[in-house]
Order: sequence, then structure tokens, then C-alpha cells
Amino acid sequence: MKRQTQARIITLKIDGVDVAAREHETILELAQENNIFIPTLCHLDGLSEYGGCRICVVEVKGSNRLFPACMTPATEGMEVITNSERLRLYRFSILDMLFSERNHVCSVCVSNGHCDLQYLSAKLGMTRVEVPYLNPKVDVDASHEHFIMDHNRCILCQRCVRVCGEIEGAFTKGVMGRGVNTRIIHDLNGAWGDSDTCTSCGKCVNVCPTGALVEKGKSAGEMVKRRDWLPYLRLMQED
Amino acid sequence: MMIERFEEITTEEQTAVAEHDHTVKVCVAAGCLSSQSDQVLDALKNGVGEHRGCHVKGVGCMGLCSQGPLVAVESKTGAKSGSVMYQNVKAEDAPDIIQSLGKKPVARLELKTNVPFFQRQTKIVLENCGEIDPERIEEYIAVEGYQGLLTAVTELSPIEVIDEIVRSGLRGRGGGGYPTGLKWTTVAKMDGPTKYVICNADEGDPGAFMDRSVLESDPHRVLEGMAIAGYAVGATEGYIYVRGEYPLAVERLKIAIRQANRLGVLGSKVCGTTFDFNVHIRLGAGAFVCGEETALIASIEGKRGTPRPRPPYPAEYGLWGKPTLINNVETFANVPAIVRKGGAWYAGIGTEKSKGTKVFALAGSIQNTGLIEVPMGMSLREIIFEIGGGVPNGNCKAVQTGGPSGGCIPADYFDTPVDYESLKALGSIMGSGGMIIMDDSSSMVDVARYFMEFCMTESCGKCVPCRVGTVHMHTLLNKIYKGEARRHDLETLEKLCDLVMNTSLCGLGQTAPNPVLSTLRYFRHEYMDLLVDGAEDGRGATAVDAQLLEAQS
Amino acid sequence: MSEKAKLATVWLDGCSGCHMSFLDIDERILAVAELADLVYSPLVDLKVFPEMVDVTLVEGAVSSEEDYHKIQKVRAHTKVLVSLGDCAVTANVPGMRNPFKVQDILNRAYLENADLNQHIPVEVIPPLRKTSVPVHQVVEVDVFVPGCPPSADTIFYVLTELLAGRKPVMLGKTRFGI
Repeated sequence: MKRQTQARIITLKIDGVDVAAREHETILELAQENNIFIPTLCHLDGLSEYGGCRICVVEVKGSNRLFPACMTPATEGMEVITNSERLRLYRFSILDMLFSERNHVCSVCVSNGHCDLQYLSAKLGMTRVEVPYLNPKVDVDASHEHFIMDHNRCILCQRCVRVCGEIEGAFTKGVMGRGVNTRIIHDLNGAWGDSDTCTSCGKCVNVCPTGALVEKGKSAGEMVKRRDWLPYLRLMQED
Repeated sequence: MMIERFEEITTEEQTAVAEHDHTVKVCVAAGCLSSQSDQVLDALKNGVGEHRGCHVKGVGCMGLCSQGPLVAVESKTGAKSGSVMYQNVKAEDAPDIIQSLGKKPVARLELKTNVPFFQRQTKIVLENCGEIDPERIEEYIAVEGYQGLLTAVTELSPIEVIDEIVRSGLRGRGGGGYPTGLKWTTVAKMDGPTKYVICNADEGDPGAFMDRSVLESDPHRVLEGMAIAGYAVGATEGYIYVRGEYPLAVERLKIAIRQANRLGVLGSKVCGTTFDFNVHIRLGAGAFVCGEETALIASIEGKRGTPRPRPPYPAEYGLWGKPTLINNVETFANVPAIVRKGGAWYAGIGTEKSKGTKVFALAGSIQNTGLIEVPMGMSLREIIFEIGGGVPNGNCKAVQTGGPSGGCIPADYFDTPVDYESLKALGSIMGSGGMIIMDDSSSMVDVARYFMEFCMTESCGKCVPCRVGTVHMHTLLNKIYKGEARRHDLETLEKLCDLVMNTSLCGLGQTAPNPVLSTLRYFRHEYMDLLVDGAEDGRGATAVDAQLLEAQS
Repeated sequence: MSEKAKLATVWLDGCSGCHMSFLDIDERILAVAELADLVYSPLVDLKVFPEMVDVTLVEGAVSSEEDYHKIQKVRAHTKVLVSLGDCAVTANVPGMRNPFKVQDILNRAYLENADLNQHIPVEVIPPLRKTSVPVHQVVEVDVFVPGCPPSADTIFYVLTELLAGRKPVMLGKTRFGI
């Protein structure tokens, strides 16, 4: 959401706490400013909002609908609830969906210990996946000189697609297919290593929340992702 | 002046009709074409070569698609003046039909028209379908076509046009039922100068062919509606998003746009005024989700067709970020008649909250498969048993309305009037107008499974609940249908329905559980009957510490 | 007749790492022994699962026909069944074969990659099921303790809580993978 210099100031409640906001600020931005935890996966500071993972859904008093906190602008007098039992259960179910969709084997994943999905499951106190695993047979693309794309770990948050287009401007990463057959692709579905457009900048690897995009030759202890540069790059772009 | 040009065309058309004693109309819409009505048309045209006073032409859909190819003969002279309809006509029948002109009709082909299917309908959207040649703008003008647009742009202000739409009480015919007048007002109030009008012709519900027929039978009507809308909201560009699976509709639309531009009723200086309106066609590539307005807009922009959260609504932030009016084919097709005859006239038809008529596509286990248009508020019973002619074999069990977003309504509720609110109360929706009738040989679990499979394969993959939840639901429905499921599987299914309904991003996901929920609501016993006998459930059959189980949740 | 609770541990398709982690509670095993008798375990020389056990820890996924029948028997004779470790909770590494056909896996393991004596064993070895699944996909599970392996502290906490008749709260104690 683009900020205006002379934005109107509004007030609202999040979990009973009075907060002041600039108009156009999202519920998520406000919650983060006020140290209220809302789980997120596809959101990343510095990238455009996507609204696909649905883990950040919140309740708004007076509406039966749920709203994605990352894309819902705050409005005057709004009363937001971020931590109800209903939301807790939905969040578990959404994690269930993600863990069951591909083959997430934390114990042997190079991102073990540095994974947003794993972190969230622990943070929310998830102890099991209720639905059966889908066990899809998906590929690993290790054709790139430095990086690996392991579709087994991909949650299709499209952070990589966004950073590749919006920040690096390379548009190497794209999306193909529908439903559970959706895949992140490189160029026109070629091998990553054959891509003419990829600049090997590694931004996609660093924004990837899971072990779907990793650096070759790194151990689980070393595979730490750095994202602090992203908001600055975005800021520089806007100026 | 355009009005004189219209009169001129009308006179020419009437003179041409007057010269002929007989007019033979052959349906050349997709339904009849698929049973070779083009050959019938050719055979008749060749056959009448020497028969003076007879005019043979191709027309749009006559409605009773199951009996196609259909041919209608209108005679002014001879022993049998009036009109006769023929069904299941083959090219070989052409000589007999030509022989019979002015004499006794060909008995073996005759289709009775004094039956409820023809008599009980009220045609507004379909008024020209089966009457005019969809590839000739002159015929459309001869039946008062483009009169509404002419009136709007020359006599009314945009606000007056919108007032007329508001007065009519017209609601979106794509399924949601949002008041059309309100939508137009919103877009009209947005700051210009660039705004767009989009016609959603991405009809994707299984068993639905209303929009297809309208586009194939009367394309000018939709163009006229769009142009009126453009004038009312201040847009100069219009897009029709047609699914690629409708090549005939696209072809006829192209012809129609070309003719309209040439005549000056579209393009720059519409009807000689300062209002410009250009219409472009965009083809869909077979994704159901592109019928969702934000996904449709993304698709027109050349992006991957995935929805985005609303608000902002397209009225505010639509095509290329500009205010955009997006309506369905049938909604636009209602507009010319409303402007021509007035909103009050339209509001006089239908029920208190649902005005006007609705086109339905009858399919499934029903005698008269085809396209009908009835006033809102007619009961399901009248539609299915009187107009539809009932179920050919066995008893009617349920009707599925609203496609994959809709639900199944059991026969016990057939006295319900068909309007937006009543159908919603029954757990279904009006939808775009598909009605699939099921007899007692249908398993409702199988029906739910079918629609879930549809939603699963059509999920765009953007949001997690719809992408993965539909797969799990489909797996469970399969398991239940095969008789391998237990009670806790049914509980999981209901939990997933709740998840997908409440947390999905767009309407496709949010309504995907409807076929399951509605069949569970009315036919729960069919699910229960398929479960593995519940007495000895492998899970939890043993003494588990009750306190612990309770504590765990 | 002992007043102490009965404790059992079961080893399905896992690497025995969870059992090792259990042993890593070191001297605290004496505290456990005060509260419960270990009546059945890979560490106990008893071949038949007892009539009724208060708490059973299950390590490993359900992969073979033997696992499948064993876990149902265990469930029927256990009051509180605990899925211990990622293999029991998520199928973990044993589940990594699931995208492939059983025959392909056997071919790979016993034929393609074998230098000597290339043949697929058919006797004594229990046949593999189509997929390796978590324990709770086969029987009802009461407590889930993820982790590969769960730490000794976590296991000790879970055991002492259960033996004291309380339900352990897992939030903040462990996670998938570790």
C-alpha cells in the first residue's frame, strides 16, 4: 500500500488494544507496529502483498467473513480479533494443508531450524498433521551452478516470483499449472541452469521461507537466509 | 441521422419479408449445429431455388435443443398460414418441407408448439433468439434493435439511463445477484477520464449454455447493452471476455462488432453523437476461475488468471487499475429492453426482490433439454415438470442449480419460487442459470464428488485452503463413495468444508463446498449408508483414558 | 501386584533414535522407574504385549504389514498411546518412499544397488505396505511428541506428566525436525 504524506489518522482496536493508524495501513502493519503477533507466510516486508497463504486471516467484529491481515486496510472504528479459538483452529488446518501438500521432511531438510513453516508450526503449538499426506512425486532442479530448487519443500508463496520480478527485475521465476499441480518454473519451464534471464543474484533463495530454494554446498547449520536488505531495496526503488 | 437510417433499414427488411410468402428458419446455434443443422440449411436453400416466394435463413436458438435440428416455417398464404415447427430435421427432409409449403405440414416432423415449453415462457433476453439471423445487423434493427442505445445517447443523460436501470430492479445475472443499478452508479461516480466496461462471457458452469446461446443467437443485443452501459458510466472502451471454447460465439461477435462499427452504432461518434465506444474481444484459455471478476481482469491484462482479494472492487480499481464495470452477458442483454420499454415495465415482471426474467439451461434427466426464459418467482415444479416436461425415467429426486458453487435442492422443496433469496435459503444459489435435474438413479454422494473434482481441477492454486483442501475433500468423497470411509472421515469432510468456505480467497473457493454441504443437508442418509458399519470403528474402540481424550482437542 | 503404572515402548519403522533419546534421560530413569514398570520394550525380553498397559510410547511409522497389525494390538491394550518422534507423528524419513512404488524401491535397494547376492527377500521380512503412514492414520493417538528425536528432557517431561495423570503441554517443548 502506498503511503501518502498527509494521510488521515484513524483509530481502531486490535485484540482490545486501541491503536492509531494512518489511513491505508494494513491490519498486519499495525499489528507488527504494536507487537501483536499475526502469523504470516506469503507476506514479506519489501514485496508486494499476495494474499494467498491465508494464515494471517483475522476476524473483524460485525462481519462473519475473515480478512487477510496483510491486505485489509484499517478503517475507522474497526475491531480486529487476531487470536480467537476459531482462528487458531483455522491456522492449524492451513498448516495441515501445507504440510500434507508436498513432502516436507524437516529432519533431513537443509533448512531445518531456519524455516518459516517449521517455525510457525512450533510457534502455534502444532504437533501433528491431521489429514493424510498427498505424497506427490515432484522434482528437484539442481541444474543451477549455485542454487537448488526443491519442489518437495515449496509452499507456492511466490515470494521468489515476486522478488525476481519486482526487485531484481529479471522475471526468471514464474508459475505454471493449476491447483496442486501448480509449479514454480524458470523462464518457459526450462532448467534453472539453462536460464538466460537469471542473474544468479540469489534473492529468491534468501526470501524463500522453506528449504525449497537453497544454496548448494551449505549445511543445515549454515543455510541461514538474510532478508534485511529487502525493505531498503524497495525504498530505493520508490525514491 | 441515425434514426432515419434505422427506419430505412426497417422498411427494407419489412419489404423483403413481405415479398416472401414463406419464411423458413433453421436454427444454426451450437446445439442444432452439432446435429448438422448447417446441412439442413444448405439443403433447404438449394431446394427452394425454384420455389418463388420462399426465404430460407439461419437463426439463433429456438430453445428445445434436445429435439434439434429445429426448423420453423412461417407462411402467410396457402391452406396452412401461420407457423409450424419441425424437429429432428435431416438434410433428406428438405424436399418434403419445401413440398409442404402452403399445404399440409409434414406430419412426421411436426413439433407441437401449443405445449407449456413454448407457452409458459416470457421472453425478454431471448426475444430475438430463433427469430432473427444473428449475422445480419439489419434484422436486429428491424426488431427495434439499437433503439435503446439511440434513445439513451440522444435523449437521455447518463444519470437518467442509470435511473432507469435502478428503477428496473435488475440484478446481476452472473450468479451473485448484485443490484446492477447500484454497480453502475458506483462506477459512474468514480473519477475518469478512463473507465472500462467488461462483459463476462466466460461461462464455465458444467451444464450451462445460456450466455453461449445469447451470443450465438443475438450478439447485437449484448453489444447494445454494453454500449448503453458505457454511455451511462462514462467508459469508452468495452471488452468481452469470451471463453475460447465458444468459437461460434466469438465468430458471430466479431461479425456483429464489424457491422455495428460500419453502421456507426459502435466505434467513434456512436449514433452521430460525441460518445465513443469501442468493443474488443478477449479470449479465455479454459480456466473456470477466470469467470471471477478479478481473475478475469488479470487475464485481460495478460497476466496469469488468478483472483486477488477484494476490496478494492473493480468498480474502484479494475482493468489496468481503472474504474471498471463488469457485468455478465445476460445482464447486458436485459439492458436494451429496459431502456426501450422503461424500468417500470421491467419491474412489473418477477417478484418483489427479484425482478424480470431469468434464462435457465435445463439439462440432465429431463424431457425437454434446452434453453428457457421464465419470470422470476416461478416455482421449480413448474419449471421442471411443466416447461421441462418432467423426468423421462423414474422419479425426480433433486435439481442442482448454480453450478459448482450451487447446491442440490430435493424434490420436496420444488414449490419454492425461483428467486435469489429463496434459493439461497435452501443452501443453493441462483447462479448463472444452469439447472441439472437428477432422477432417483443418481447418487448424491457421486454428484458432490463430481463437483468437487471440478473445483479441485479448476482451483487456480493461489490460496492454500482451496488448492489443497479441495484435493482432500475429493479424496474423502471418493473414499465415502467407494464404501471405505468411517464416521470420522465424514467429520473431517465437514471440517474441511468449513475451512475452505471461510478462508479461501475468492468466490470459487468459498463456494466450492456448497455441493457437499447441500447434499449433506438434504441427503445425509446417503452418506451414512455408504460408511463402513460404524459399530466397530478401528480408531478409539478401546478404553482410552477419557480424561485425557477430553483434555486433548 | 504392583501399584506402579505399566509403561511400554514400541519400535516400528524408525531408526531407534527416539529410544536412544529416551535412554538419554540418564539417571532420571530411576525417577521413572519409581513411577512405572517397563513391561514391554525392545529393551525388555518379552515377546507378547501385556494385557493392559497404562502408557505406551511408539517410535516409528507404520510401514509394513507387521507394523500395521502390531500397532492395532498395542492400541487395544494401551490406555494412553504416545506417538514419539517424527516418524510416528509424520512418517518422516520412512515416508520419503511414498511417492514411489514399493516394487521400484525394492528393486533399487536389493537389485540395482546390491553388489552381491542380488535378490529381493521374501521370507521372514514383513511385506511393505503401499505407503508409510503416521501412527494416527491407523489408530487413535492420545499424545503427540514430534522431534527427530525429541530431546531427553522433552521425553522425561512427557513421561512424568502422563504418569502423574496430567496431559503434557507440548507448546514450546518440541517441533518437527528439531
